Amino acid sequence: MAASSSLGADDRIFVDMIELFDVTKVTGHITHIKPTSLRLLPGEFNVLLGATGAGKTSLIKLMAGLDPMAGGRIEMDGQDVTRLSTQKRNISLVHQFFVNYPHMSVFENIASPLRVAGMAGSEVQGRVEEAADLLQLRPMLNRKPQELSGGQQQRTALARAIAKESRAVFLDEPLANLDYKLREELREQLPELFAGRGAVVVYATSEPEEALLLGGKTALMEDGRVTQFGPTSEIYRNPENLSAARVFSDPPINVMGLTKQGGKVVLDSGAEWALSGAAKDLADGAYSVAVRPHRVLPYRNGDSDVELEGRVIVTELSGSESSAHFQLGDVAWVSLAAGVHAYEVGESHAFYLDPVHCRYFAPDGRRVA
Amino acid sequence: MARITLSNLKHSYLDAPSGPDDYALKEIDVTWRDGGAYALLGPSGCGKSTLLNIISGLLAPSEGRVLFDEADVTGLPPDKRNIAQVFQFPVIYDTMTVRQNLAFPLKNRGVDEATIAARVGEIAEMLDVTEMLDTRAAGLSPDNKQKISMGRGLVRDDVNAVMFDEPLTVIDPHLKWVLRSKLKELHQRVKATMIYVTHDQTEALTFADEVVVMQDGEVVQIGTPVELFERPQHTFVGHFIGSPGMNVLPCEARGDHAVFEGHDVALEGAVTGDGGLVALGVRPEHVAVTDNGIPATVTKVSDVGRHFVVEARVGASSLKAVLEETPPEQGSAVHLAFAPEKTRVYRDGWIATQRSKEAQK
Repeated sequence: MAASSSLGADDRIFVDMIELFDVTKVTGHITHIKPTSLRLLPGEFNVLLGATGAGKTSLIKLMAGLDPMAGGRIEMDGQDVTRLSTQKRNISLVHQFFVNYPHMSVFENIASPLRVAGMAGSEVQGRVEEAADLLQLRPMLNRKPQELSGGQQQRTALARAIAKESRAVFLDEPLANLDYKLREELREQLPELFAGRGAVVVYATSEPEEALLLGGKTALMEDGRVTQFGPTSEIYRNPENLSAARVFSDPPINVMGLTKQGGKVVLDSGAEWALSGAAKDLADGAYSVAVRPHRVLPYRNGDSDVELEGRVIVTELSGSESSAHFQLGDVAWVSLAAGVHAYEVGESHAFYLDPVHCRYFAPDGRRVA
Repeated sequence: MARITLSNLKHSYLDAPSGPDDYALKEIDVTWRDGGAYALLGPSGCGKSTLLNIISGLLAPSEGRVLFDEADVTGLPPDKRNIAQVFQFPVIYDTMTVRQNLAFPLKNRGVDEATIAARVGEIAEMLDVTEMLDTRAAGLSPDNKQKISMGRGLVRDDVNAVMFDEPLTVIDPHLKWVLRSKLKELHQRVKATMIYVTHDQTEALTFADEVVVMQDGEVVQIGTPVELFERPQHTFVGHFIGSPGMNVLPCEARGDHAVFEGHDVALEGAVTGDGGLVALGVRPEHVAVTDNGIPATVTKVSDVGRHFVVEARVGASSLKAVLEETPPEQGSAVHLAFAPEKTRVYRDGWIATQRSKEAQK
């Protein structure tokens, strides 16, 4: 990136990490954040993934110093910032809704935090132009935000965060209000934009696919708690509990109760298979199995495949993929296969599953195999 | 329900449009059959809302006609068109119960109580909201509110069409999925003519039997989801549909093949026409890593869960491949092959290869 080399690395503030120690947030009788500890490092995206109401925005507001904590401690760079105001934390925040000053030009919008900090005019110029180049806003610097498209307005907000060179950048569903394709383009650029800038980047989203595309690390959130945190693809492949498996799945992960008897399992729907690997050593009894929709296929794929028969309820064809929802016992399962597959709604259809892709959970939700 | 015909529709918001650029809607000719599920898909500003407003009667087109079956409704106001609409934000009465909300469109038209009770019961059952029929709407979650909004759109069986304007925008992703399949299921059961407007390809492709893709006030392709994916008529369709979109690469056309970064590339068939800006179009799903083929360097590998997206560089060009199996490592030298029957040449954006006779079957 030629543009970023115009400023030396020395000009940047490097942050070791943000560390949360049992932080909580309570308003009245409502607990928004249960005791949460988390260590966030610079250099890669830290994704907060959870449904609306899971606590993503609440947690960001605590880190940004916008809301008082009920308990716990936050450190940045090893410094306790729990009682520091937002202004003193040197952070940037980009929201879902495009927030820009309507009366200022794009240039002044990007420059505003630098002006507030009393930076010299020539340095402001350099920083703004660098950020504008990265976000392809150079031709728009003299326009007012309302003359820009939604994507350009949000890029202006992102440019402001970049020009400020904060030690922490919080992106709270920044792409949610953009057109699908625009979202795809910006999402691809974002990790590259922040790479090598030394800031801790936190990105909140309710879309599992977005977390996978952003990579980095993911913290799964549910009900005001972080349920699992680690490298994104590892969390996706190895959920520690059923809740984590459900939160990180779109379309929803297929789940069903089963009984383990000796070397085999019998699903509530009646299907059964022989166990291998760690699952063989489980004590006999009741468990749940979870398997992702793209592992349940409308054709036999290998010798170890198990056949599941179900009545097709709904089918969807997206061009590149076909999905079918089918009734299996008391629940609906989903099959998602590449290519075009024909299903007859209301008719019974055979689906196939290689048990090697199954994850097993204890009745309390804990992953056991 | 009715067949809908849009005949030579054009619209300009200017009083005296002087050229094609002055038209928000350039020229649209399309027929939607009675009982079909259709989607209007395109980015912001492509003209899809203008078109929707013309169909619902909020806007009179500058030129052309709108027909419901044989009847010309171009001059009719919205309330005379007999259309049900579902909007981005739920439109329901908070003080009423779910039952009263669902019954409202029927009550308004003087439908008898027994029919109302039967129809409301039926729709509630389809939407899985029977248990909340006597709940006040104010207390519902946003997705349930939107469900009821959809129910209100579907409760009358005498409408010409039901139109959905970005109905899932405010819904959480995991619930979006539920509502989307619910809507699909409802269409499969009630068989109403449904028109769904969105910028979200997943919503359009999963909902509709046929999708109208729009760009800059123009229809660029009308087709089934499979047609749009398998054989985009325009690079815009190739790019807009699919995640990631189609690779559009610089090339030279040479009769029955193309030359990309100095390498011969086989095509689905002969190249047509001449002149203009020529590009090679191939979807990431149809690019494979092989033992021999076009030499490339892997620049990025993304693990997106159910497959991998690999970015590679060939000469001055960058392209993507979708791989199901373990991908090569970043920085490694690989060879790429394009599936010939899925590789095409585009001229000034439009498809410029002809499928061979056998392939068309």
